[in-house]
Amino acid sequence: MIPSLPRSAFSRYAIAAYVFAFFVFLFVPLVIVAVFAFNDANYPAPPWRGFTLDWFAGSGAKGRIGLFADAPLMKSVVTSVFVAFWVTLLSVVVGTANAFLLERVAFRGKSVVSLMMLAPLVIPGVILGISVLAFASRLAQLADDVWALDLDFLRPGLPLVVAGQFSYIVSIATLTIAARLKRFDSTLEEAAYNLGASRAAALWTVTLPYLKPALIGAAAISFLMSFENFNTTLMLVGSDPPLTIMMYGRMREGASPVLNAVSLFLMVASALIALALLRRK
Amino acid sequence: MVSSTAGTTRSDARLALLLLLAPAAVWLVGLIVLPHVELAILSLRARVAPRVYEWSLAQYRTFVDEPLYWRTFVRTATMSIIATVCTVLIAFPAAWYIAKIARGRAKSLLFVLCLIPFWVSETVRTLGWMILLRESGVLPRLLVDLGITAAPVEMLYTDATILVGLVYTSMLFMVVPLVSALESLDDSLIEAAYDLGGNGWSILRQIIIPHAAPGIAAGSIVVFMLTLGNYLTPTLLGGKNSLWFTEQIYTQFITRFNWEQGAAFGFLLLVLSTVIVWLGLKLTGQRFGDVMRRA
Repeated sequence: MIPSLPRSAFSRYAIAAYVFAFFVFLFVPLVIVAVFAFNDANYPAPPWRGFTLDWFAGSGAKGRIGLFADAPLMKSVVTSVFVAFWVTLLSVVVGTANAFLLERVAFRGKSVVSLMMLAPLVIPGVILGISVLAFASRLAQLADDVWALDLDFLRPGLPLVVAGQFSYIVSIATLTIAARLKRFDSTLEEAAYNLGASRAAALWTVTLPYLKPALIGAAAISFLMSFENFNTTLMLVGSDPPLTIMMYGRMREGASPVLNAVSLFLMVASALIALALLRRK
Repeated sequence: MVSSTAGTTRSDARLALLLLLAPAAVWLVGLIVLPHVELAILSLRARVAPRVYEWSLAQYRTFVDEPLYWRTFVRTATMSIIATVCTVLIAFPAAWYIAKIARGRAKSLLFVLCLIPFWVSETVRTLGWMILLRESGVLPRLLVDLGITAAPVEMLYTDATILVGLVYTSMLFMVVPLVSALESLDDSLIEAAYDLGGNGWSILRQIIIPHAAPGIAAGSIVVFMLTLGNYLTPTLLGGKNSLWFTEQIYTQFITRFNWEQGAAFGFLLLVLSTVIVWLGLKLTGQRFGDVMRRA
């Protein structure tokens, strides 16, 4: 129970031990991944054979191709960044428009629209993927039949991956930005109008700066969710796989410590983003 | 003068509404509504000749007639429920410690420590479990070194492994709502219950759980949904034995290119997920919007 009540020594130690075990459970898989990125062996498994940086810097000399020399892997990282960039940009822009729509204007059917904006969060990612795939293929078919156009971007590939990921990530961006806009004191905007500001000027100098933390937060979350997305991407990917799909393929084939190396990079990168965000709050 | 200003502001307001509505409409209609209508149409038709289709329930009949399909469906639902219950049970004491026992810096540190693993991709977390549990992995090796087993045992590709992976991957979505639900519980209520003669078990049942119910429900709904729709963890940790329903959808859609069948499976999964979420909300008397905002 709580500290203000008498607790037996046993119950105090028991819960402390439990919490310790809980955190071991949370962190052991990550620590293991990181440790085996440096093991001097061709397979990420015990025993420990000494420290090496081959899985980062190896150029293929000892039959070990390190992360930086692994062209397909590096290319998939670039692909992931490219996809995440577009998903983030679209999600923050559309999310901001949605937030103003929900918080600032009244129109008929608003409650239906606001409920629909949450719906993508309860649709399994695999189904978002196949529905976007099927619809895009129907559109491509239509363009081909009616105008004899070959619309390549409607075939599985990066534009569809961006569309599929955007379709639910924008819901999260909308929630984040709308939550802050709701707390905005609109007398600040009125003061700006009284001082002669135009609507655009008030928006640019008063409202958007107020929203900035939410915009940055939404951008960071969108970027991470896009970078890590697997389910939706799997259904929509074409010939150039993003990192998660690439790693999945390699993990099915067998293991190589180069996957540990790229994972360690991901961990460091996401830890830095997380710390930067927490520090802001 | 006044009326003309009012006129322009009204047309301005209409223009603003249209401008704000346009992106939302493109998103919701173009990426959510129409694709799902397309999926419904696909699932309700059968090919009778090349490029000739007619309305039919054949895809749904195949699901009922073929034991592999509906057994996989039932199995996925059952495993997801078990995983959700396990997640609640494992997360609750930890959330209790963070919300009620830890103080000051330790408290915020522990909370952040809970979040960090989930900033890392699910692929990475699954890779960790594979290195830990496979036959040549860390844990079987440890068991041999400790003299518990004579030879390394394969710990991957079992249902228990899939459950461990699913519980692990869902933990965050349970801990966060639980901590916030428990933090809002006033300590003096527990003290009062104790003074009135309550013991640990009765206080837990009559005070703490009723108070934390909205948090438990919110966490459970999100965890169940994510587990049901998971693909990566069951296929990698379960291997050929995983029999997860999303895998059937993938096989029909991508491997066999049988989109009609895949669409029907997709719809069944969507209906199951929606029904369970709806039931969860009904039973606990909560509103969808509130739950999603909390999660």
